[in-house]
Amino acid sequence: MKKITTFLTALVFFASFNTAPTGYSVGDTAMDFKLKNIDSKMVSLADYTSAKGFIVVFTCNHCPFAVAYQDRIIALDKKYSKLGYPVIAINSNDITQVPADDFASMQVRAKEKKFTFPYLLDETQTVASTYGATKTPHVFVLQKKDADLVVKYIGAIDDNSEDAKLVKEKYVESAVDALLAGKPVPVTFTKAIGCSIKWKQS
Amino acid sequence: MIKLSLMVVMLSSFVFYSTPTVNSINFQQFQSRIIQPANDTLFVVNFWATWCVPCVEEMPYFIQTTKTFSNQKVKIILVSLDFLKEHNKLVAFVKNRNIENEVYHLNAGNPDTWIDKIDSSWSGALPATVLYRFGKKVLFHEGELNQSQLDSIINKTIQ
Repeated sequence: MKKITTFLTALVFFASFNTAPTGYSVGDTAMDFKLKNIDSKMVSLADYTSAKGFIVVFTCNHCPFAVAYQDRIIALDKKYSKLGYPVIAINSNDITQVPADDFASMQVRAKEKKFTFPYLLDETQTVASTYGATKTPHVFVLQKKDADLVVKYIGAIDDNSEDAKLVKEKYVESAVDALLAGKPVPVTFTKAIGCSIKWKQS
Repeated sequence: MIKLSLMVVMLSSFVFYSTPTVNSINFQQFQSRIIQPANDTLFVVNFWATWCVPCVEEMPYFIQTTKTFSNQKVKIILVSLDFLKEHNKLVAFVKNRNIENEVYHLNAGNPDTWIDKIDSSWSGALPATVLYRFGKKVLFHEGELNQSQLDSIINKTIQ
């Protein structure tokens, strides 16, 4: 009996390992969230009743890679917000490890760069861990389908972080353009270098 | 006179940047350096950047480990993913920290084309460390390593 119990315990242990959340894949249904914006108001995706979808960007203040992309994120919002795909920026870093990413610094950064989109603090890191965001910047393009939000693209904004002028592949733009045209997204997943999201020490 | 002082300035800047050497390499050159099927040296490759806070934090461990294993067939290679336009900043960092390891500045183009070639589980977040021996990957780790973790994975591999 004891053996069986040990065996079952081991099984449950391994099973719990295997089912540990690894984040979304393209085609998954994404969860909505309610996070504090830089104006201290709470923001949910459900608030955007007329949106067709979202460009969710995990970003932050301290990471030069993320910062290098913020002008391009503003440009994405200016172009696609009016077409029904607004940018939603989220900072998920543990601020005890990275004080430069705290709420007050987020407010300063957003004001400096005149962010046209919400910049939300994911204080519990639940959104980043559920989505499977690992670094900044990390983009998830979502499309509304009835009451659901379907993940249509995961990855980089484009293929050149250093110089916007040398970009050949605009992955996020191609994805949203395809969704707006009712066509399949040409490239649904890409990888890029970035700063790791700083997780709270458990 | 102006010409002469200009020459002196150029010469002194040449001396300043002539040590240390940080070569820019493309992905093919990187691969041919670390993938050596006939070589029993353990290549420990750390992907980092001067702008990456945890990378800079773990750098002393890699330097210490280089000393610890200096009598063994272990080669610790630092591969920077700094912006290409910030090459001088990288060289200054290597000089200021007295880093004597091989340091390369990777110029490999779109990361989406080569991240999976290092390891399919790598998200692209820095730092990341990969070990090669006899031309084959032995271990991949995404994230920071502390001194004992780093030394222990090397010890396990060379035993």
